[in-house]
Amino acid sequence: MKHIMAIIKPFKLDDVRKTLVELGVQGLSVTEIKGFGRQKGHTEIYRGTEYEVSFLPKIQISVVVSDELSDSVVDAILNAAKTGQIGDGKIFVLPVEKAVRIRTGESGAEAL
Amino acid sequence: MYRKFIYPILAIAGFITVSSEPAFAAEETAYVFNTLLFLIGGFLVMWMAAGFAMLEAGMVRSKNVAMQCTKNIALYAIGGLMFWLLGYNLMYDGVDGGFIGSFTAFAVPDPSADTGDYSAASDWFFQMVFCATAASIVSGTLAERIKLWPFLIFVALLCGVIYPIQGAWQWGGGWLSEAGFSDFAGSTIVHSTGGWAALMGALILGARAGKYGENGSINAMPGSSMPLATLGTFILWLGWFGFNGGSQLALGSLEDASSISVIFMNTNLAAAGGVVTALILTQILYKKVDLTMCLNGALAGLVSITAEPLMPSPIMAIIIGSIGGIIVVFAVPLLDKLKIDDVVGAIPVHLLAGIWGTLAVPLTNPDITFGSQILGIVSVGVFVSAVSAILWYVMKMTIGIRVTPEAELMGLDRSELGMDAYPEFTKQ
Repeated sequence: MKHIMAIIKPFKLDDVRKTLVELGVQGLSVTEIKGFGRQKGHTEIYRGTEYEVSFLPKIQISVVVSDELSDSVVDAILNAAKTGQIGDGKIFVLPVEKAVRIRTGESGAEAL
Repeated sequence: MYRKFIYPILAIAGFITVSSEPAFAAEETAYVFNTLLFLIGGFLVMWMAAGFAMLEAGMVRSKNVAMQCTKNIALYAIGGLMFWLLGYNLMYDGVDGGFIGSFTAFAVPDPSADTGDYSAASDWFFQMVFCATAASIVSGTLAERIKLWPFLIFVALLCGVIYPIQGAWQWGGGWLSEAGFSDFAGSTIVHSTGGWAALMGALILGARAGKYGENGSINAMPGSSMPLATLGTFILWLGWFGFNGGSQLALGSLEDASSISVIFMNTNLAAAGGVVTALILTQILYKKVDLTMCLNGALAGLVSITAEPLMPSPIMAIIIGSIGGIIVVFAVPLLDKLKIDDVVGAIPVHLLAGIWGTLAVPLTNPDITFGSQILGIVSVGVFVSAVSAILWYVMKMTIGIRVTPEAELMGLDRSELGMDAYPEFTKQ
Protein backbone atom coordinates (compact mmCIF):
# COMPACT_ATOMS: atom_id res chain seq x y z
CA MET A 1 0.00 0.00 0.00
CA LYS A 2 1.19 3.50 -0.72
CA HIS A 3 0.31 6.86 0.84
CA ILE A 4 0.26 9.44 -1.93
CA MET A 5 0.52 12.95 -0.50
CA ALA A 6 0.04 15.76 -2.98
CA ILE A 7 0.40 19.47 -2.31
CA ILE A 8 -1.58 21.39 -4.91
CA LYS A 9 -3.06 24.81 -5.59
CA PRO A 10 -6.40 25.20 -3.76
CA PHE A 11 -8.49 25.85 -6.87
CA LYS A 12 -7.30 22.55 -8.38
CA LEU A 13 -8.87 20.44 -5.65
CA ASP A 14 -12.08 19.68 -7.48
CA ASP A 15 -10.31 18.67 -10.71
CA VAL A 16 -8.04 16.33 -8.79
CA ARG A 17 -10.93 14.87 -6.81
CA LYS A 18 -12.88 14.10 -10.01
CA THR A 19 -9.94 12.35 -11.65
CA LEU A 20 -9.24 10.22 -8.60
CA VAL A 21 -12.86 9.17 -8.24
CA GLU A 22 -12.92 8.16 -11.90
CA LEU A 23 -9.82 6.11 -11.31
CA GLY A 24 -11.57 4.10 -8.62
CA VAL A 25 -9.99 5.61 -5.53
CA GLN A 26 -12.32 4.84 -2.63
CA GLY A 27 -11.51 7.76 -0.36
CA LEU A 28 -9.23 10.67 0.26
CA SER A 29 -8.65 13.35 2.84
CA VAL A 30 -7.83 17.01 2.45
CA THR A 31 -6.06 19.58 4.62
CA GLU A 32 -5.66 23.30 4.19
CA ILE A 33 -1.99 24.15 4.53
CA LYS A 34 0.39 26.95 3.72
CA GLY A 35 3.75 26.50 2.12
CA PHE A 36 6.41 27.68 -0.24
CA GLY A 37 8.81 25.98 -2.60
CA ARG A 38 11.61 27.45 -4.64
CA GLN A 39 9.55 30.56 -5.37
CA LYS A 40 10.38 33.38 -2.98
CA GLY A 41 7.65 35.15 -1.01
CA HIS A 42 6.52 38.67 -1.75
CA THR A 43 5.75 41.78 0.32
CA GLU A 44 2.36 43.30 1.02
CA ILE A 45 1.37 46.44 2.95
CA TYR A 46 -1.01 46.50 5.92
CA ARG A 47 -1.85 49.92 7.31
CA GLY A 48 1.36 51.39 6.00
CA THR A 49 3.64 48.60 7.18
CA GLU A 50 5.36 46.24 4.76
CA TYR A 51 5.33 42.59 5.65
CA GLU A 52 6.64 39.41 4.05
CA VAL A 53 4.15 36.94 2.69
CA SER A 54 6.30 33.82 2.73
CA PHE A 55 3.58 31.19 2.87
CA LEU A 56 0.92 30.72 0.25
CA PRO A 57 -2.28 28.75 0.79
CA LYS A 58 -2.17 25.23 -0.58
CA ILE A 59 -4.24 22.06 -0.29
CA GLN A 60 -2.70 18.78 0.80
CA ILE A 61 -4.50 15.66 -0.46
CA SER A 62 -3.83 12.27 1.02
CA VAL A 63 -4.87 9.00 -0.58
CA VAL A 64 -3.82 5.50 0.44
CA VAL A 65 -4.07 2.97 -2.37
CA SER A 66 -2.80 -0.47 -3.31
CA ASP A 67 0.65 -0.68 -4.86
CA GLU A 68 -0.81 -1.44 -8.31
CA LEU A 69 -2.87 1.74 -8.38
CA SER A 70 -0.09 3.97 -7.10
CA ASP A 71 1.51 5.01 -10.38
CA SER A 72 -1.75 5.82 -12.12
CA VAL A 73 -2.85 7.89 -9.15
CA VAL A 74 0.37 9.90 -9.30
CA ASP A 75 -0.12 10.48 -13.06
CA ALA A 76 -3.74 11.43 -12.57
CA ILE A 77 -2.95 13.99 -9.90
CA LEU A 78 -0.10 15.35 -11.97
CA ASN A 79 -2.28 15.98 -15.01
CA ALA A 80 -5.23 17.38 -13.10
CA ALA A 81 -3.25 19.72 -10.84
CA LYS A 82 -0.81 21.12 -13.38
CA THR A 83 -1.13 24.70 -14.61
CA GLY A 84 2.40 25.25 -15.86
CA GLN A 85 2.91 28.22 -13.47
CA ILE A 86 5.28 28.15 -10.52
CA GLY A 87 3.67 26.97 -7.29
CA ASP A 88 1.86 23.97 -8.85
CA GLY A 89 3.06 21.79 -6.01
CA LYS A 90 4.55 18.36 -5.44
CA ILE A 91 3.52 14.72 -5.06
CA PHE A 92 5.15 12.36 -2.59
CA VAL A 93 4.75 8.61 -2.35
CA LEU A 94 5.30 6.97 1.01
CA PRO A 95 5.07 3.31 2.00
CA VAL A 96 2.21 2.32 4.30
CA GLU A 97 2.84 -0.33 6.91
CA LYS A 98 -0.72 -1.06 7.95
CA ALA A 99 -4.25 0.08 7.21
CA VAL A 100 -7.36 -0.62 9.34
CA ARG A 101 -11.06 0.12 8.76
CA ILE A 102 -12.43 1.41 12.04
CA ARG A 103 -16.04 0.30 11.54
CA THR A 104 -15.24 -3.36 10.88
CA GLY A 105 -11.72 -3.86 12.08
CA GLU A 106 -10.57 -5.26 8.73
CA SER A 107 -6.98 -4.61 7.83
CA GLY A 108 -4.74 -4.73 4.81
CA ALA A 109 -5.95 -4.13 1.28
CA GLU A 110 -9.61 -4.73 2.26
CA ALA A 111 -9.43 -1.70 4.50
CA LEU A 112 -8.72 0.66 1.60
CA MET B 1 -60.67 63.26 -10.38
CA TYR B 2 -61.76 64.22 -6.90
CA ARG B 3 -62.52 60.62 -5.96
CA LYS B 4 -59.01 59.93 -4.76
CA PHE B 5 -59.39 62.75 -2.23
CA ILE B 6 -62.90 61.82 -1.08
CA TYR B 7 -61.98 58.60 0.71
CA PRO B 8 -59.08 59.96 2.75
CA ILE B 9 -61.11 63.04 3.68
CA LEU B 10 -64.02 60.88 4.76
CA ALA B 11 -61.69 58.67 6.76
CA ILE B 12 -60.09 61.57 8.57
CA ALA B 13 -63.45 63.20 9.24
CA GLY B 14 -64.71 59.92 10.59
CA PHE B 15 -61.68 59.51 12.78
CA ILE B 16 -61.98 63.01 14.20
CA THR B 17 -65.65 62.45 14.89
CA VAL B 18 -65.14 59.07 16.47
CA SER B 19 -62.19 59.90 18.71
CA SER B 20 -63.34 61.88 21.69
CA GLU B 21 -60.25 64.07 21.95
CA PRO B 22 -56.88 64.43 20.19
CA ALA B 23 -54.13 62.02 21.30
CA PHE B 24 -52.20 64.86 22.91
CA ALA B 25 -52.68 68.60 23.11
CA ALA B 26 -50.71 70.89 20.83
CA GLU B 27 -48.44 72.13 23.63
CA GLU B 28 -47.49 68.58 24.48
CA THR B 29 -46.45 67.88 20.88
CA ALA B 30 -43.05 69.47 21.30
CA TYR B 31 -42.41 67.49 24.51
CA VAL B 32 -43.33 64.22 22.84
CA PHE B 33 -41.24 64.83 19.74
CA ASN B 34 -38.26 66.07 21.74
CA THR B 35 -38.45 62.99 23.90
CA LEU B 36 -38.80 60.75 20.83
CA LEU B 37 -35.68 62.32 19.36
CA PHE B 38 -33.71 61.48 22.50
CA LEU B 39 -35.05 57.95 22.60
CA ILE B 40 -34.54 57.18 18.91
CA GLY B 41 -31.25 59.05 18.61
CA GLY B 42 -30.24 57.36 21.85
CA PHE B 43 -30.84 53.82 20.74
CA LEU B 44 -29.11 54.52 17.44
CA VAL B 45 -26.04 55.58 19.41
CA MET B 46 -26.45 52.50 21.61
CA TRP B 47 -26.20 50.45 18.41
CA MET B 48 -22.76 51.97 17.89
CA ALA B 49 -21.62 49.71 20.71
CA ALA B 50 -22.26 46.79 18.36
CA GLY B 51 -20.33 48.66 15.71
CA PHE B 52 -17.31 49.11 17.95
CA ALA B 53 -17.49 45.48 19.06
CA MET B 54 -17.55 44.13 15.51
CA LEU B 55 -14.92 46.53 14.20
CA GLU B 56 -12.56 45.64 17.01
CA ALA B 57 -13.31 41.91 16.79
CA GLY B 58 -12.41 42.03 13.11
CA MET B 59 -9.21 44.01 13.63
CA VAL B 60 -7.68 41.78 16.30
CA ARG B 61 -6.21 38.34 15.71
CA SER B 62 -8.39 35.26 16.22
CA LYS B 63 -6.80 34.37 19.52
CA ASN B 64 -8.05 37.63 21.04
CA VAL B 65 -11.51 37.97 19.50
CA ALA B 66 -13.59 36.60 22.39
CA MET B 67 -11.75 38.84 24.82
CA GLN B 68 -12.39 41.89 22.66
CA CYS B 69 -16.08 41.06 22.58
CA THR B 70 -16.06 40.60 26.33
CA LYS B 71 -14.44 43.99 26.86
CA ASN B 72 -17.01 45.65 24.65
CA ILE B 73 -20.09 44.21 26.25
CA ALA B 74 -18.69 44.71 29.74
CA LEU B 75 -17.64 48.31 29.20
CA TYR B 76 -21.04 49.18 27.82
CA ALA B 77 -22.78 47.79 30.85
CA ILE B 78 -20.38 49.29 33.37
CA GLY B 79 -20.40 52.66 31.63
CA GLY B 80 -24.17 52.80 31.73
CA LEU B 81 -24.32 51.87 35.38
CA MET B 82 -21.67 54.42 36.38
CA PHE B 83 -23.41 57.14 34.41
CA TRP B 84 -26.55 56.50 36.42
CA LEU B 85 -24.72 56.15 39.74
CA LEU B 86 -22.50 59.20 39.39
CA GLY B 87 -21.95 60.48 35.87
CA TYR B 88 -25.16 62.21 34.85
CA ASN B 89 -25.56 64.40 37.89
CA LEU B 90 -21.82 65.08 38.00
CA MET B 91 -22.19 66.38 34.45
CA TYR B 92 -25.52 68.20 34.64
CA ASP B 93 -26.75 68.83 38.17
CA GLY B 94 -26.08 72.39 39.26
CA VAL B 95 -23.00 73.10 37.17
CA ASP B 96 -23.95 76.77 36.58
CA GLY B 97 -20.84 78.00 34.84
CA GLY B 98 -18.60 76.02 37.16
CA PHE B 99 -16.41 72.97 36.87
CA ILE B 100 -18.49 70.18 38.31
CA GLY B 101 -22.01 69.00 39.08
CA SER B 102 -23.09 66.96 42.08
CA PHE B 103 -21.87 63.58 43.30
CA THR B 104 -25.30 61.96 43.39
CA ALA B 105 -27.15 59.28 41.50
CA PHE B 106 -29.70 60.28 38.87
CA ALA B 107 -33.22 60.10 40.25
CA VAL B 108 -36.06 59.51 37.79
CA PRO B 109 -38.93 61.92 38.40
CA ASP B 110 -42.47 60.67 38.64
CA PRO B 111 -44.28 61.06 35.26
CA SER B 112 -46.59 63.63 36.80
CA ALA B 113 -43.57 65.70 37.85
CA ASP B 114 -41.65 65.10 34.61
CA THR B 115 -42.34 68.55 33.16
CA GLY B 116 -40.19 70.69 30.95
CA ASP B 117 -39.41 70.36 27.26
CA TYR B 118 -38.70 66.63 27.30
CA SER B 119 -38.73 63.61 29.57
CA ALA B 120 -35.89 63.62 32.08
CA ALA B 121 -35.20 59.91 31.67
CA SER B 122 -34.94 60.32 27.90
CA ASP B 123 -32.24 62.92 28.46
CA TRP B 124 -30.41 60.58 30.83
CA PHE B 125 -30.62 57.79 28.25
CA PHE B 126 -29.39 60.00 25.42
CA GLN B 127 -26.43 61.30 27.43
CA MET B 128 -25.56 57.87 28.76
CA VAL B 129 -25.02 56.37 25.34
CA PHE B 130 -22.57 59.16 24.49
CA CYS B 131 -20.60 58.50 27.67
CA ALA B 132 -20.40 54.79 26.92
CA THR B 133 -19.22 55.59 23.38
CA ALA B 134 -16.19 57.39 24.82
CA ALA B 135 -15.28 54.22 26.73
CA SER B 136 -15.67 52.08 23.60
CA ILE B 137 -12.99 54.15 21.92
CA VAL B 138 -10.41 53.14 24.51
CA SER B 139 -10.89 49.39 24.14
CA GLY B 140 -9.77 49.30 20.50
CA THR B 141 -6.39 50.92 21.03
CA LEU B 142 -5.41 48.76 23.99
CA ALA B 143 -6.50 45.44 22.52
CA GLU B 144 -4.55 42.17 22.58
CA ARG B 145 -2.39 42.82 25.67
CA ILE B 146 -4.41 44.53 28.44
CA LYS B 147 -5.84 42.71 31.43
CA LEU B 148 -9.61 42.65 31.57
CA TRP B 149 -10.35 43.90 35.10
CA PRO B 150 -7.94 46.85 35.20
CA PHE B 151 -9.41 47.94 31.90
CA LEU B 152 -12.93 47.75 33.33
CA ILE B 153 -11.85 49.67 36.42
CA PHE B 154 -10.57 52.39 34.13
CA VAL B 155 -13.87 52.38 32.24
CA ALA B 156 -15.81 52.75 35.48
CA LEU B 157 -13.81 55.82 36.41
CA LEU B 158 -13.86 57.21 32.87
CA CYS B 159 -17.65 57.00 32.71
CA GLY B 160 -18.33 57.88 36.31
CA VAL B 161 -15.89 60.74 36.77
CA ILE B 162 -13.56 61.80 33.97
CA TYR B 163 -16.02 62.07 31.10
CA PRO B 164 -18.75 63.70 33.19
CA ILE B 165 -16.46 66.38 34.61
CA GLN B 166 -15.14 67.58 31.27
CA GLY B 167 -18.65 67.17 29.87
CA ALA B 168 -19.96 69.41 32.62
CA TRP B 169 -17.61 72.17 31.47
CA GLN B 170 -19.39 72.28 28.14
CA TRP B 171 -22.76 70.54 27.79
CA GLY B 172 -23.50 70.79 31.49
CA GLY B 173 -23.42 74.57 31.19
CA GLY B 174 -20.01 74.99 32.74
CA TRP B 175 -17.16 77.45 32.32
CA LEU B 176 -16.13 76.24 28.88
CA SER B 177 -19.52 76.80 27.32
CA GLU B 178 -19.57 80.27 28.83
CA ALA B 179 -16.17 80.90 27.26
CA GLY B 180 -17.73 80.36 23.84
CA PHE B 181 -16.45 76.87 23.07
CA SER B 182 -18.68 74.95 20.66
CA ASP B 183 -18.89 71.19 20.22
CA PHE B 184 -22.25 70.23 18.74
CA ALA B 185 -22.18 66.47 19.18
CA GLY B 186 -18.83 65.76 20.78
CA SER B 187 -15.73 65.80 18.58
CA THR B 188 -13.89 66.92 21.71
CA ILE B 189 -16.23 65.96 24.54
CA VAL B 190 -16.68 62.36 23.40
CA HIS B 191 -14.17 61.46 20.71
CA SER B 192 -11.08 63.33 21.81
CA THR B 193 -11.79 62.37 25.41
CA GLY B 194 -11.82 58.72 24.45
CA GLY B 195 -8.78 59.33 22.27
CA TRP B 196 -6.71 60.98 25.03
CA ALA B 197 -7.58 58.19 27.45
CA ALA B 198 -6.59 55.66 24.79
CA LEU B 199 -3.33 57.44 24.01
CA MET B 200 -2.31 57.58 27.67
CA GLY B 201 -3.17 53.93 27.99
CA ALA B 202 -1.15 52.99 24.94
CA LEU B 203 1.89 54.88 26.19
CA ILE B 204 1.77 53.36 29.66
CA LEU B 205 0.72 49.86 28.59
CA GLY B 206 3.26 49.52 25.84
CA ALA B 207 3.07 47.91 22.43
CA ARG B 208 2.11 44.33 21.68
CA ALA B 209 4.94 41.84 21.96
CA GLY B 210 6.80 41.58 18.69
CA LYS B 211 5.10 44.59 17.13
CA TYR B 212 8.20 46.76 16.98
CA GLY B 213 11.64 45.27 16.39
CA GLU B 214 15.14 46.68 16.67
CA ASN B 215 16.32 49.20 14.10
CA GLY B 216 12.84 50.51 13.56
CA SER B 217 11.26 47.41 12.04
CA ILE B 218 7.50 47.10 12.37
CA ASN B 219 5.55 43.85 12.24
CA ALA B 220 2.13 43.93 10.66
CA MET B 221 -0.49 42.00 12.61
CA PRO B 222 -3.46 41.74 10.27
CA GLY B 223 -6.94 41.49 11.74
CA SER B 224 -8.89 38.26 11.75
CA SER B 225 -12.06 39.29 9.96
CA MET B 226 -12.47 41.97 7.34
CA PRO B 227 -16.22 41.32 7.04
CA LEU B 228 -16.72 41.96 10.77
CA ALA B 229 -14.58 45.09 10.63
CA THR B 230 -16.59 46.37 7.66
CA LEU B 231 -19.91 45.51 9.26
CA GLY B 232 -18.81 47.28 12.42
CA THR B 233 -17.96 50.39 10.47
CA PHE B 234 -21.33 50.46 8.72
CA ILE B 235 -23.08 49.99 12.05
CA LEU B 236 -21.12 52.92 13.49
CA TRP B 237 -22.03 55.00 10.43
CA LEU B 238 -25.72 54.25 10.97
CA GLY B 239 -25.51 55.03 14.67
CA TRP B 240 -23.88 58.35 13.91
CA PHE B 241 -27.15 59.69 12.53
CA GLY B 242 -28.45 59.37 16.05
CA PHE B 243 -25.24 60.78 17.45
CA ASN B 244 -25.25 63.97 15.39
CA GLY B 245 -28.96 64.21 14.60
CA GLY B 246 -30.02 63.66 18.18
CA SER B 247 -27.65 66.39 19.32
CA GLN B 248 -30.02 68.97 17.88
CA LEU B 249 -31.70 68.24 21.24
CA ALA B 250 -35.13 69.20 19.96
CA LEU B 251 -37.67 68.09 17.38
CA GLY B 252 -40.52 70.34 18.38
CA SER B 253 -40.51 72.70 15.44
CA LEU B 254 -40.16 72.91 11.68
CA GLU B 255 -36.73 74.40 12.14
CA ASP B 256 -35.61 71.50 14.29
CA ALA B 257 -36.84 68.95 11.78
CA SER B 258 -35.15 70.81 8.97
CA SER B 259 -31.92 71.15 10.93
CA ILE B 260 -31.81 67.47 11.78
CA SER B 261 -32.31 66.64 8.12
CA VAL B 262 -29.35 68.81 7.18
CA ILE B 263 -27.34 67.16 9.96
CA PHE B 264 -28.11 63.69 8.58
CA MET B 265 -27.05 64.82 5.14
CA ASN B 266 -23.79 66.44 6.27
CA THR B 267 -22.96 63.47 8.47
CA ASN B 268 -23.27 61.15 5.50
CA LEU B 269 -21.31 63.41 3.17
CA ALA B 270 -18.46 63.73 5.63
CA ALA B 271 -18.20 59.96 6.05
CA ALA B 272 -18.23 59.52 2.31
CA GLY B 273 -15.50 62.12 1.92
CA GLY B 274 -13.38 60.29 4.45
CA VAL B 275 -13.79 56.97 2.64
CA VAL B 276 -12.99 58.28 -0.82
CA THR B 277 -9.94 60.16 0.41
CA ALA B 278 -8.59 57.05 2.09
CA LEU B 279 -9.36 55.01 -1.03
CA ILE B 280 -7.46 57.37 -3.29
CA LEU B 281 -4.57 58.01 -0.91
CA THR B 282 -3.86 54.36 -0.15
CA GLN B 283 -4.02 53.52 -3.86
CA ILE B 284 -1.49 56.23 -4.60
CA LEU B 285 0.80 55.66 -1.61
CA TYR B 286 0.73 51.87 -1.43
CA LYS B 287 -0.30 50.93 -5.00
CA LYS B 288 -3.13 48.96 -3.42
CA VAL B 289 -6.23 50.17 -1.62
CA ASP B 290 -6.26 49.27 2.09
CA LEU B 291 -9.73 48.30 3.29
CA THR B 292 -8.96 48.98 6.94
CA MET B 293 -7.84 52.51 6.07
CA CYS B 294 -11.07 53.07 4.17
CA LEU B 295 -13.01 51.95 7.23
CA ASN B 296 -10.96 54.29 9.40
CA GLY B 297 -11.51 57.00 6.80
CA ALA B 298 -15.28 56.74 7.11
CA LEU B 299 -15.08 57.03 10.87
CA ALA B 300 -12.59 59.91 10.76
CA GLY B 301 -14.95 61.74 8.44
CA LEU B 302 -17.78 61.16 10.88
CA VAL B 303 -15.74 62.33 13.86
CA SER B 304 -14.61 65.44 11.96
CA ILE B 305 -18.15 66.60 11.20
CA THR B 306 -19.39 65.84 14.70
CA ALA B 307 -18.34 69.20 16.16
CA GLU B 308 -20.49 71.10 13.67
CA PRO B 309 -22.77 68.98 11.48
CA LEU B 310 -25.42 71.67 10.92
CA MET B 311 -23.72 74.77 9.53
CA PRO B 312 -21.54 73.37 6.73
CA SER B 313 -22.66 73.41 3.15
CA PRO B 314 -22.53 70.03 1.41
CA ILE B 315 -19.17 70.91 -0.14
CA MET B 316 -17.73 71.94 3.21
CA ALA B 317 -19.04 68.77 4.87
CA ILE B 318 -17.28 66.69 2.23
CA ILE B 319 -14.07 68.67 2.66
CA ILE B 320 -14.17 68.44 6.44
CA GLY B 321 -14.69 64.69 6.26
CA SER B 322 -12.03 64.28 3.60
CA ILE B 323 -9.43 66.01 5.72
CA GLY B 324 -10.32 63.54 8.46
CA GLY B 325 -9.57 60.79 5.98
CA ILE B 326 -6.22 62.35 5.08
CA ILE B 327 -5.30 62.65 8.75
CA VAL B 328 -5.96 58.98 9.33
CA VAL B 329 -3.98 57.69 6.35
CA PHE B 330 -0.89 59.58 7.48
CA ALA B 331 -1.32 59.26 11.24
CA VAL B 332 -1.61 55.45 11.35
CA PRO B 333 1.92 54.78 10.06
CA LEU B 334 3.18 57.78 12.00
CA LEU B 335 2.03 56.26 15.28
CA ASP B 336 3.88 53.08 14.35
CA LYS B 337 7.03 55.11 13.72
CA LEU B 338 6.62 56.55 17.22
CA LYS B 339 6.12 53.00 18.52
CA ILE B 340 2.64 53.80 19.81
CA ASP B 341 0.69 50.60 19.17
CA ASP B 342 -2.93 51.41 18.35
CA VAL B 343 -4.53 48.20 17.15
CA VAL B 344 -7.56 49.72 15.41
CA GLY B 345 -6.44 53.28 14.66
CA ALA B 346 -8.65 54.82 17.33
CA ILE B 347 -6.15 57.57 18.12
CA PRO B 348 -6.05 58.93 14.56
CA VAL B 349 -9.80 58.49 14.11
CA HIS B 350 -11.09 59.83 17.40
CA LEU B 351 -8.36 62.00 18.90
CA LEU B 352 -6.72 63.58 15.86
CA ALA B 353 -9.84 63.84 13.69
CA GLY B 354 -11.69 65.00 16.79
CA ILE B 355 -9.22 67.86 17.23
CA TRP B 356 -9.52 68.72 13.54
CA GLY B 357 -13.31 68.65 13.66
CA THR B 358 -13.33 70.95 16.66
CA LEU B 359 -10.90 73.39 15.04
CA ALA B 360 -12.94 73.39 11.83
CA VAL B 361 -16.08 74.77 13.51
CA PRO B 362 -15.24 78.48 12.96
CA LEU B 363 -14.84 77.72 9.23
CA THR B 364 -18.57 77.27 8.94
CA ASN B 365 -19.99 78.78 12.13
CA PRO B 366 -19.36 82.54 12.27
CA ASP B 367 -20.31 82.77 15.96
CA ILE B 368 -17.37 80.67 17.10
CA THR B 369 -13.72 81.67 17.30
CA PHE B 370 -10.58 79.62 16.88
CA GLY B 371 -9.47 80.86 20.28
CA SER B 372 -12.37 79.37 22.14
CA GLN B 373 -12.02 76.12 20.22
CA ILE B 374 -8.34 75.85 21.11
CA LEU B 375 -9.21 76.61 24.72
CA GLY B 376 -11.64 73.71 24.76
CA ILE B 377 -9.32 71.29 22.99
CA VAL B 378 -6.40 72.07 25.31
CA SER B 379 -8.31 72.17 28.59
CA VAL B 380 -10.14 68.91 27.93
CA GLY B 381 -6.94 67.37 26.60
CA VAL B 382 -4.87 68.30 29.62
CA PHE B 383 -7.53 67.21 32.10
CA VAL B 384 -8.38 63.88 30.49
CA SER B 385 -4.76 63.02 29.72
CA ALA B 386 -3.53 63.87 33.19
CA VAL B 387 -6.20 61.97 35.08
CA SER B 388 -6.08 59.02 32.69
CA ALA B 389 -2.31 58.82 32.89
CA ILE B 390 -2.41 58.84 36.68
CA LEU B 391 -5.04 56.10 36.69
CA TRP B 392 -3.23 53.91 34.22
CA TYR B 393 0.07 54.41 36.00
CA VAL B 394 -1.30 53.70 39.48
CA MET B 395 -2.94 50.51 38.24
CA LYS B 396 0.24 49.51 36.42
CA MET B 397 2.24 49.90 39.61
CA THR B 398 -0.28 48.13 41.85
CA ILE B 399 -2.41 45.48 40.18
CA GLY B 400 -0.63 45.50 36.81
CA ILE B 401 -2.41 46.26 33.58
CA ARG B 402 -0.66 43.94 31.15
CA VAL B 403 -0.98 40.19 30.76
CA THR B 404 2.12 38.01 31.04
CA PRO B 405 4.19 37.44 27.89
CA GLU B 406 3.05 33.79 27.78
CA ALA B 407 -0.58 34.83 28.05
CA GLU B 408 -0.12 37.36 25.30
CA LEU B 409 1.43 34.77 22.97
CA MET B 410 -1.24 32.17 23.77
CA GLY B 411 -3.93 34.75 23.21
CA LEU B 412 -6.21 36.45 25.72
CA ASP B 413 -9.15 34.21 24.84
CA ARG B 414 -7.33 31.21 26.23
CA SER B 415 -5.44 32.92 29.02
CA GLU B 416 -8.03 35.34 30.40
CA LEU B 417 -11.32 33.71 29.39
CA GLY B 418 -10.50 30.05 28.89
CA MET B 419 -12.43 29.88 25.66
CA ASP B 420 -11.88 30.14 21.92
CA ALA B 421 -13.64 32.57 19.63
CA TYR B 422 -13.61 29.98 16.82
CA PRO B 423 -13.44 26.66 18.66
CA GLU B 424 -13.94 24.09 15.91
CA PHE B 425 -11.39 21.63 14.61
CA THR B 426 -11.10 19.48 17.72
CA LYS B 427 -14.60 19.98 19.11
CA GLN B 428 -17.51 19.57 16.72
